[in-house]
Amino acid sequence: MVLDPEDVLTRAAAWAKAGDGVALATVIATWGSSPRPAGSHLAIAADGRFIGSVSGGCVEGSVIEQGIEAIADGEPRLLTFGVSDEAAWSVGLACGGTVKIYVERIEV
Amino acid sequence: MRLSLLEKLLAARAEGRPVALVTDLATGLQSLVHEKVVEGDFGVTAEESEAIANLLATEASALVGDSHFVQSFTPSPRLVLVGAVHIAQAVIPMAQALGYAVTVIDPRQAFATPERFPGIALSTDWPDTALEALQPDSRTAIVTLTHDPKLDDPALSAALKSDAFYIGALGSRKTHARRLQRLTEAGFTEADHQRIQGPVGLAIGAKTQAEIALSILAQITAMRRLGKASL
Repeated sequence: MVLDPEDVLTRAAAWAKAGDGVALATVIATWGSSPRPAGSHLAIAADGRFIGSVSGGCVEGSVIEQGIEAIADGEPRLLTFGVSDEAAWSVGLACGGTVKIYVERIEV
Repeated sequence: MRLSLLEKLLAARAEGRPVALVTDLATGLQSLVHEKVVEGDFGVTAEESEAIANLLATEASALVGDSHFVQSFTPSPRLVLVGAVHIAQAVIPMAQALGYAVTVIDPRQAFATPERFPGIALSTDWPDTALEALQPDSRTAIVTLTHDPKLDDPALSAALKSDAFYIGALGSRKTHARRLQRLTEAGFTEADHQRIQGPVGLAIGAKTQAEIALSILAQITAMRRLGKASL
């Protein structure tokens, strides 16, 4: 069964209710051939657990890092990842493209 | 996002109500826009309200204006199968992977058993009664699979009276011609006939149960995404 973005929100709420720090990353906009559409989610727990996907690749690592920081300082963040076609493969944006991601803490 | 707002969003979704989450990217403030009510940190203008309604209708998420990100949450589309038959067992897992909430209707209790359809919503009411209770809407697809006029005909009658975006009927061309004849006698028009896809499925030369399931779901997808039943 494919995990849809909605399962990510349910899990994020469950983590938050269990007392864990949680951040939610949401794809706001994409240009070019980013693999995940606007509205895609990645939920991050303070201990580094995560569920969902915002790019289908290595951008996740950076987003998780920013999520953990957002849990610590409570500040929302707007991240932009853009890569040239040549560099695309190495960071996991399959065919190049730009993705804008909003990261926010779940406030209990 | 406040956990309380997230929980309200999840509750709306669980109840099958469309809802939009609007985030002000500059301030982090958020509101939930329901069909009739807005709750949260800020209200929305009439202009925004229209843009949000359009995004919900197309199941899309996007920036509205400079800093308001609108995220659409719409209920799962539904697939109602009439006939708890073998082909239904092939259709169900594919439909679920595509995001459909599946209901199976079959008054024959030997067919519609939880053993044969574990975890699937089953109705053993007569198809017209069952469909009326399910209230098919413009996000509902209905497919009859029984080959039995006693079951398929009342199902198709109920389906044609609904807003279902897709109606399909399994059966050969000959079977389908006879079916349309009976529907004409029951008072349905040519326009009604056009709404029924029969023989069901996209013409991909399907042979096996799984291939037939694929052709049915491909046609439902084409109807949902392109508004047409053939390519």
